[in-house]
Amino acid sequence: MKKIRIFDTTLRDGMHAVSHGFSVDDMVRIATALEDAGADTIEVSHGDGLGGSSYQYGFAAHSDEEYLKAVSAHLKKTKLAILLIPGIGTAEDLIMAAECGVKVARIATHVTEADVGQQHIQLAKEKGMEAIGFLMMTHMVPPEKVVEQTKLFESYGADAINCADSAGAMLPKDVEARISLLKANLNIPIGFHAHNNLGLAVGNSLAAIEAGADYIDTTLRGLGAAAGNTPHEVLVAVLKKMGMDVQEDLFKLMDAAENIVQPLMKRPLDIDKYSLSIGYAGTYGSFLLHAKRVAQQFRVDARDVLMELGRMKTVGGQEDMIVDVAYRLSKVKN
Amino acid sequence: MSNKIKVAIVGPGNIGTDLMYKILKRSKFMELAYMIGIDPDSEGLKRAAALGIKTSHSGMEEMLQDEDVKIVFEATSAKGHYINAPIYLEANKIAVDLTPAAVGPYVVPVVNMGNLLAEKNVNLVTCGGQATVPIVAAVSQVQPVLYAEIVSTISSLSAGPGTRANIDEFTETTSKALEIVGGAKKGKAIIILNPAEPPIMMRNTIYTLVENNPDMEKITESVNAMVMKIQQYVPGYKLKVPPIWDGEKITTMIEVEGAGDFLPAHAGNLDIINSAAFIVGDTIAEYLLKQGSNKV
Repeated sequence: MKKIRIFDTTLRDGMHAVSHGFSVDDMVRIATALEDAGADTIEVSHGDGLGGSSYQYGFAAHSDEEYLKAVSAHLKKTKLAILLIPGIGTAEDLIMAAECGVKVARIATHVTEADVGQQHIQLAKEKGMEAIGFLMMTHMVPPEKVVEQTKLFESYGADAINCADSAGAMLPKDVEARISLLKANLNIPIGFHAHNNLGLAVGNSLAAIEAGADYIDTTLRGLGAAAGNTPHEVLVAVLKKMGMDVQEDLFKLMDAAENIVQPLMKRPLDIDKYSLSIGYAGTYGSFLLHAKRVAQQFRVDARDVLMELGRMKTVGGQEDMIVDVAYRLSKVKN
Repeated sequence: MSNKIKVAIVGPGNIGTDLMYKILKRSKFMELAYMIGIDPDSEGLKRAAALGIKTSHSGMEEMLQDEDVKIVFEATSAKGHYINAPIYLEANKIAVDLTPAAVGPYVVPVVNMGNLLAEKNVNLVTCGGQATVPIVAAVSQVQPVLYAEIVSTISSLSAGPGTRANIDEFTETTSKALEIVGGAKKGKAIIILNPAEPPIMMRNTIYTLVENNPDMEKITESVNAMVMKIQQYVPGYKLKVPPIWDGEKITTMIEVEGAGDFLPAHAGNLDIINSAAFIVGDTIAEYLLKQGSNKV
């Protein structure tokens, strides 16, 4: 059986779960443990990518540069990756990352807007980085549209693409439909990024692998936006039981998840009614903590806010609309 | 016709064409004399020609030599304006630049038009800048703004190939204008494209952090007054969420619906930068006319 490349984004998507508050030391401890367990690639940055530190998404405890420099200095074999969302981060951030020793740049756009990432894919290649086109919210469009947009990334020179279920809204058949069509139409590796809002993160990752996915995103303990991502240690255990070629040390991953990541968690990563609402409505996963906070401020139910944001077809990054909707609901109520 | 200043539009795309209709419909002090492009089959050139405006697809010589043309609107691209800016200056024409080139100082008409009347080249920042900088300026008028952050969300349909190919120019230019024109010590800008159908109206969220506790009454008054001023030239500019203080930052939300002169209503982002360009042109034209009459 073929080998799956496992990406660990505990230090990027996991930042959502801790309100972007990891200390530099937390990051270094997690990164070191991942390298020790044999992790292939780890992603580090604000949860919303380079330049994400803001009122809109929450301020990180440290700058992207501080995190990247510190983690980079401790990695020997494991590759260091970043995420950049054009419109939030810029070419300048990408150049900074390259100078910090980042080897993999994932350029993320909404599933219909790949063309805004052309200059960043090309700049990443110029800087000698592996460039991956990352499409968010792929549940919102039919599989054919995902293919069309990933082909744009391929034409810009992307080395691989990633199909993300940013809302954790997909069923296994939705994942299968997208990944198999991508495999049939593209010549570069295909990745998949799951969220667990419907309890399907591991199952959907397996559906992706069966449909031909080459890369899978994970986080230790599942730490990530809303109900979290595919847990790294769980996926490795499952793949080993399936007899797949996985070189990583399962017990070391388990220990890192249990002993390092879990104590840093601010809340249990279960599927509460709000995470479930996100998966059910197909709303961007990172809205969760913002919606809970804003709903409290305006004395409305966060579930109503999240369902309305789904109905409005908001996309990743529109955290400001949470305030808009909560304000509107509070006016109706009072 | 001597009570109007002759102007030209270079770049007959969506922006240039919409601007043409704005000038024809509403200008008190400008007469649109030329529309210049490079493609003979351009829809914008055809529309201009049908309206009796002189058009060219093979150079600007005639326009440049026409001494009566005092103002040129640049609606090409940043690259185009880098090449054209010295040519306009040489021909003694004032450039009103709608591209991100920023050869001249930023102009946001409700904030700093009065200081820039004698400039030879002014730049319209970005659509997001035109929508948000005035709000930051309104807060600055009450209390020093330490940090201003804006988020502009526009419909995918209204983001042209130029914006898409260089989205960083939006964030960088808008951030700078929040500081230079808005008065914030530090600015940050974010842009989001939303493909929803039917297309969404342009949305803008403005976060400001002020020195000391904010005087919300005065800030609300100042923001309301600013919104009314903008509505005089962009009727579709609406305050969706009035300034709200959450103990740290002040959040204000604006929606911009386009006037529908040529572009559809969801292209409020294009309408606001075009409306600003129109006001800048008309104000400069009025200034030139007054100067002229003083000389006589």
